[in-house]
Amino acid sequence: MISHLGSYSLIFCTIFAFLIILQSAKLIGNQSKIFPKKIYTIITLQLFFVIFSFSCLLIAFVSSDFSNITVYNNSHTEKPFFYKISGVWGNHEGSLLLWLLVLVLFLFLFILDTKNYDNKYKLLTVIFQEIIILGFLLFIIITSNPFDYIFPVPLEGLGLNPILQDPALAIHPPILYIGYVGTSLIFSSSLAAVINNTVNSEWAKQIKKWVFLSWIFLTLGIMLGSIWAYYELGWGGFWFWDPVENVSLMPWFCLTALLHTILVLEKRNALKNWTIVLSIATFSLSMSGTFLVRSGILNSIHTFANDPSRGVFILTFLFFLIFLAIIVLFIYSENDKKTSNNFNILSKETAVLVNNWFMMYFLSVVLIGTIYPIFLEVFTNEKISVGPPFYQKLMIPFLIPFFIFMSFGPRVKWINDKLKKINYTQIIVFISSLIIAYIIFTNSSVSYLFSSFLIAASIFLVLNSLRDFFSKSIQIPQKISHFSFSILILSILLNGIYSEEFNSNMKVGDELKFIDKTIKFKGINFDEKDNYKLLRGDFEVIDSGKNTLNFNPEIRIYNQPVISTSEADIKTNLFNDNFIVFTLLKDNEIFNVRYQHKPFMIWIWISIIMLAFGGTLAVIKYGK
Amino acid sequence: MVNKKIKLFLILSSLIFIFFTFYLGLNKNNYYTTENIVYKKIENFESYEFFSNKKINFKNISPDKKYIILNIWSSWCLPCRKEHKNLTELRENIEADLIGLNYKDKFENAKSFLSELGNPYDIIIKDKNGLISIEIGAYGVPETYLINNINKKIIKKYLGPINEENIKEIQSLVNQ
Amino acid sequence: MNNKFNIVYLLIFFIFINYSFADEKIKRIDKVSKNLRCLICQGQSVYDSQSEFALSIRDLIIKKIDEGQTDEEIYDYLKVKYGDWIIYDPKLDKNTILLWSIPLILFIFGGLLIFRKVIIIK
Repeated sequence: MISHLGSYSLIFCTIFAFLIILQSAKLIGNQSKIFPKKIYTIITLQLFFVIFSFSCLLIAFVSSDFSNITVYNNSHTEKPFFYKISGVWGNHEGSLLLWLLVLVLFLFLFILDTKNYDNKYKLLTVIFQEIIILGFLLFIIITSNPFDYIFPVPLEGLGLNPILQDPALAIHPPILYIGYVGTSLIFSSSLAAVINNTVNSEWAKQIKKWVFLSWIFLTLGIMLGSIWAYYELGWGGFWFWDPVENVSLMPWFCLTALLHTILVLEKRNALKNWTIVLSIATFSLSMSGTFLVRSGILNSIHTFANDPSRGVFILTFLFFLIFLAIIVLFIYSENDKKTSNNFNILSKETAVLVNNWFMMYFLSVVLIGTIYPIFLEVFTNEKISVGPPFYQKLMIPFLIPFFIFMSFGPRVKWINDKLKKINYTQIIVFISSLIIAYIIFTNSSVSYLFSSFLIAASIFLVLNSLRDFFSKSIQIPQKISHFSFSILILSILLNGIYSEEFNSNMKVGDELKFIDKTIKFKGINFDEKDNYKLLRGDFEVIDSGKNTLNFNPEIRIYNQPVISTSEADIKTNLFNDNFIVFTLLKDNEIFNVRYQHKPFMIWIWISIIMLAFGGTLAVIKYGK
Repeated sequence: MVNKKIKLFLILSSLIFIFFTFYLGLNKNNYYTTENIVYKKIENFESYEFFSNKKINFKNISPDKKYIILNIWSSWCLPCRKEHKNLTELRENIEADLIGLNYKDKFENAKSFLSELGNPYDIIIKDKNGLISIEIGAYGVPETYLINNINKKIIKKYLGPINEENIKEIQSLVNQ
Repeated sequence: MNNKFNIVYLLIFFIFINYSFADEKIKRIDKVSKNLRCLICQGQSVYDSQSEFALSIRDLIIKKIDEGQTDEEIYDYLKVKYGDWIIYDPKLDKNTILLWSIPLILFIFGGLLIFRKVIIIK
């Protein structure tokens, strides 16, 4: 019953989408200052019906209504309540409905936010956004209807993969989708601004907060995904350069570039075409992400149930939007020569361009690395893997110049800055970063020439960002974000270079030495919980200072579906994470035990949260 | 203006190119298998006979047979159990020796597996740590290989349990 | 004067690479197995996986290292058996020349564009 209601309201939404597009097209020529009431009403109705439809699916999940095939495939009566809710978006169909919900909601908020803006611009934005909404609606209705039913009604569902039953992963999709969908609004409004011939400071001022908002959510969404990978997969890493992870990183690079460029457009009324290109590219990358993940064209750890017809639909729709954007751009964009003015080499404009330069480079590495295997296979039938070493080799060498540019960038003034002859503070900062790097390296066992320069450069960046706090010309959100970013980079590097791990097979009672530590496997015990049985290991790690740490990692065997997972036991403090994870080997007596020592793990998460916090301050500031 | 049109043309045509590449990519199988990596010569290796523990050289196996069929199996592998009756059927209806490669198994378990389900193999050789399987290019169990015993080249490779259809194909390949 | 000493120390520590011998073999095994895809798993490396396939490959790596083979020889051996798909780090050859060069070409191209946009005023 409830599924029927959900299904019908989606059809209503489709009709509304058509109506809105037609009505808006008709009213574009209208010179009236007030936003057409009719369109506002239909958009509100559309929002209502999408929320209603989403609630229907939510109710179906919460009440374990197994006549609904999505619920049947992904839920189970014994599943904890929290995961019944997150189950709504933990699958292909439901997650698309969530996309749709955010799309419509954002359009509604956009209308409210732009009360005093030009009507033509608003109507054009509405048209483009409704085209996207319509595409998603058709996609959901034709290929992935979450309200399909099953008869006879099964008594029990198939359950959610326990590896997905994790708090971070439960909220990861909504957060990430808000980020993705936010870029759709930037796309629509930038095309509208092109047609309306209002790509200027005023537009930049208005769209800026949406750029920041999308960026914050995308940043947090990516972070939640890697928190999940770190805690749940138990492989000790937080980023695997897996295609699905890369796909979320690509729009992030693009959005980060846009974030900086939009400020140039606002302050200097320059880089118009480039801003538009970035806006279009960001959304196209978000959409390609959906395509690459959902179509099953990539081989990845994270699999969605896939169906080629879905892939064809998204692919066609994605290219339709890109074509549309390019044609609009070519017909309406001003010739660059009339408006463009060249920049002085020492100016904030140039600094932003350098930032964009590196962002685009990192983006191209990730993009090429992710899609190249698909191209190669199509043309030569050969399959290759592009894994972490590729990304590291192409990105790490570029980090040193990037850090150095980023250290100076924020302090350069707009239009024209002058180079002072000798900057003593800079020399002090430079020398102190070398000294700190030196101290770090003498206290550790590993040292490579290149890593030491890398660490020195990132410390240089940290010290400079810290110094920026005393600068009056830099705004607080930027200070916080840049400083957090430098801390993020430093902790990732130190973590990467100084992680130590021990991987061995052990029996109960074994005691093994690892560098300066002793690892004892003291015992195992059994236990039973609501929806799983568990095997708890008892480990002790004694370091050279006779400090002991106890670890109780678990092996869980879930009832529905029957899957065993390993839960790492992670001991976190400010300086490092220690963790043990163990898995059962074939013989039931021997376990594979993995102990890892990971310095500064917590700082990676803290700095990303601070980074997003800096962005939030910016939104609050610009929102006024 | 002309310049602009050329630009537009270039961008649009490269987009169409990307579109069609993705489109073709969608129709490709994204599960990687090495089924196509065949016609490779298997280098000689040494192992031990399952029951007698005598040293065996791969090159000296079944010297009078033109073809051999190599089957990788293990007592702990469930699909192997399923495939066993097909293997027995295959052995009875073919002019080739069936060689078992016992993969990472315990002797006792493997022996009771054979006494329970029967032993269709002409010879069984041991692969204690899985290195021989890697030498042949196998993933795991079960896998079956049709090998030309004269030049030791792999003719055909089957991943997973073999079925009736595979048996027919093997027969027709051998009878050629 | 102290500064001079510091620089000398810095140079020494930059060049100095510290290894203990037994560790080296384990490190090599880890390094090689991290660069190999576990073919029967979903996106896991041989290092991360505990599947029979991954365990066998690890035994093979140990054997090959003991036989004195280089990392490259081990990779080549596995490539013949399983194809390029097994290696995470694609080697530069006719198939991957574009993979490695496109990002670098784009970087240079981007640099030129910025250079054109920026005029040095004396």
